[in-house]
Amino acid sequence: MAVNAKNLNETEFFYGHKACAGCGGSLAVRIALKVLGENAVAVLPAGCMSAVGFNFPQLCFGNNAIISTFAGTASMLTGVEAGLRAQGITDFHAVGFAGDGGTADIGLQALSGAIDRNDDILYICYDNEAYMNTGIQKSSLTPFGARTTTTPAGKNIRGNLRPKKNMFEIVAAHGIPYAATASVGYLNDFMRKVEKAKSIKGTKYIHILAPCPTGWGVKTDETVDIAKEVVDCGLWYLAEYENGEFTLNHQPKEFSSVESYLRKQSRFKHLTAEDIEIITQSRDAKWEFIHKNFN
Amino acid sequence: MAKAFLSGNEAFAYGVRLARPQVISAYPITPQTIVVEKLSEFIEDGSLKAEFIHVESEHSALSCAIGASSVGARAFTATSSQGLLYMAECLPYAAGGRFPIVMMNANRSTALPWNIYGDQRDSLSQLDSGWIQAYAENAQEALDLALMSFYIAEHKNVSTPYMANLDGFVLTHTYEVVDVPTAEQADAFLPKYATENKLDLQNPRNLAFSAGPDSNTIFKYKEHVGILNAKSVIQEAEDRFETIFGRRYSGLTESYRTEDADYIIITLGSIAGLVREVVDALRLEGRRVGLLRLRYLRPFPNEEIANAVKNAKAVAVLEKDISFGNEGTVYTNVNSAMQKAGINIPNSNYIGGLGGKNISSEEIKGIFDELKSQKSAVRFLGIGGEANGG
Amino acid sequence: MKPYLREFVPTAFEDIPDATAYEAGYLVTKNAGWRNVRPVIDSKKCVGCLNCYLYCPDGVIYREGNKVAIDYDFCKGCGICRKICKPGAIEMEAEK
Repeated sequence: MAVNAKNLNETEFFYGHKACAGCGGSLAVRIALKVLGENAVAVLPAGCMSAVGFNFPQLCFGNNAIISTFAGTASMLTGVEAGLRAQGITDFHAVGFAGDGGTADIGLQALSGAIDRNDDILYICYDNEAYMNTGIQKSSLTPFGARTTTTPAGKNIRGNLRPKKNMFEIVAAHGIPYAATASVGYLNDFMRKVEKAKSIKGTKYIHILAPCPTGWGVKTDETVDIAKEVVDCGLWYLAEYENGEFTLNHQPKEFSSVESYLRKQSRFKHLTAEDIEIITQSRDAKWEFIHKNFN
Repeated sequence: MAKAFLSGNEAFAYGVRLARPQVISAYPITPQTIVVEKLSEFIEDGSLKAEFIHVESEHSALSCAIGASSVGARAFTATSSQGLLYMAECLPYAAGGRFPIVMMNANRSTALPWNIYGDQRDSLSQLDSGWIQAYAENAQEALDLALMSFYIAEHKNVSTPYMANLDGFVLTHTYEVVDVPTAEQADAFLPKYATENKLDLQNPRNLAFSAGPDSNTIFKYKEHVGILNAKSVIQEAEDRFETIFGRRYSGLTESYRTEDADYIIITLGSIAGLVREVVDALRLEGRRVGLLRLRYLRPFPNEEIANAVKNAKAVAVLEKDISFGNEGTVYTNVNSAMQKAGINIPNSNYIGGLGGKNISSEEIKGIFDELKSQKSAVRFLGIGGEANGG
Repeated sequence: MKPYLREFVPTAFEDIPDATAYEAGYLVTKNAGWRNVRPVIDSKKCVGCLNCYLYCPDGVIYREGNKVAIDYDFCKGCGICRKICKPGAIEMEAEK
């Protein structure tokens, strides 16, 4: 039976943390750990989740957990996995939780190395689309147009000029055994993917979009709604990569309004109709690609 | 015990095999490569049972070793020069986390200019990273340090990572006849690694956390005490080593004909062999000269230095390093030891061997000659003149 | 089961561990002070769908019989539970 709210492990493994109210990243970590269970051994780099969960003596992970260097999530996961296996211990899940910067920027090399070795680890990227822990600076997963503290929106430059890096397909291009995208707006889909990753040997990667109310400029109670809406308007998609093939998991019947999604967030307040048209066109191009190449 | 003709790198690899590490993570860099190649061969031929992780960088090499150590596994890595600098972030991380990883560093010049040959600027730049730092003189000592390093690093009173330094090429690639202990002897020497500082499925823990201003000093103090405790544990390890293997080492330093010496050269690493020869030659001429070899730079042998030089008229520190804008790092440390002991004698600093430049016996003899002038100075060997600035 | 509040706070020299390693899930402070509104569940309207439990970023909503209850020591008052609740069984009330 698929894992759902009713049969989910009732133990809370990520509790009492100091994340901002309504934090999407903490929701992703919490749910993944509930699916993985008490034998999860978690590695978290410097970033939001380690900053809010590991302030001695306030230690918020109920399971084994360790902070890695910012660039070292995947390499430390490899060491944890190899070290336990070398001692004959096999009943565990080595899982990493890194943000967008920790994954797509500074941690990309180590992640690529781990996938290349096909180490038996699960790497979860909670993507809140900027360096939120340090105060909302642009990462390579910040979407086009977004205002961050290092891509201010002024008269001359209207926020971030570059599109979001395509981590899902970069990871898939390694020939990884399993990769998936997810959103905290669709937790049943996410839980199914974590459950699936749990049973696959080798490297697994799940990229979950996890809104940050502070950085996105939405109210704290809108995290889940906006995480749904980004999927519904087609700017994010739920998919899997397995056995060399891409599969789309969720096809919105009709896309909801891109403009409505963007206008709800203060990071996109400055966008012109022309900017929104660019974003809409890139969405359409992406979906054309998906329909052509995904099952 | 069997004799073998081994290079420094190979000898170190033989020592590591005897220590039975469970995880080895390494990235190739000249002149370290042979140690990891040899270990790979040992794994392939079945004589070493370890997980060998082919990491994509030195940063990942040490990060991976920290991960392995964080679950209680014995971990080893090796690097050199640019590689050591690339993994620099992970050095204080391993030390602060009290992960007793052993790393071999093949001492090599750091860019720029590019240079693959030996000097000690790489490891000395990391002197404050919280690692034990040992410097081998020859291949036999390299093998023996490889085995002893795990005992010292993993000792519960120490719990500190250990960097064993071998001079690039001069030691790493030079062949010597080496006694290789048997696995049985090694097992009798080195207990299995046991620690509570680990992620444990039976007793879940949170590791490598943040500690704010209130407790941070206490963590750092305890880290400091750990590495200071290595002083007595090094003695303990060497006593134990002598009992099992019959070879004796002399702790943090090795004094050679210093007891009645007027002039002493203080140095480290493989150049000590040549200094020893010069001391013997000058002694035949009736000159009272001696050598003090620093086997460890961390923990620093303050008392040992003071004891060795207290009756000397002048000392020189010969090192393959320069802290730009000041003087040699070893010299600074030696001066601090002497000053604390109230020893106020002329002392000079000779910077030599940079980028693999040969140091000749004539130059060493020249240092002893210059010491007679009883003047303190900082000099670059082979360039002449003083480098005191100002 | 979940990490819980402890009475003992290690601050003295001898209570600080030698390494950066300590018992998992060791809590010494609450998060209740962050809140200016609190979610209140109307158990008559609650259908036990568990969506609020599932979507709470802090995991402070727990199952109690067929319904749910809230650990106010750690609720930050974000309001996600109110928005996710289809039957409208959760209201946010101002903290006094």
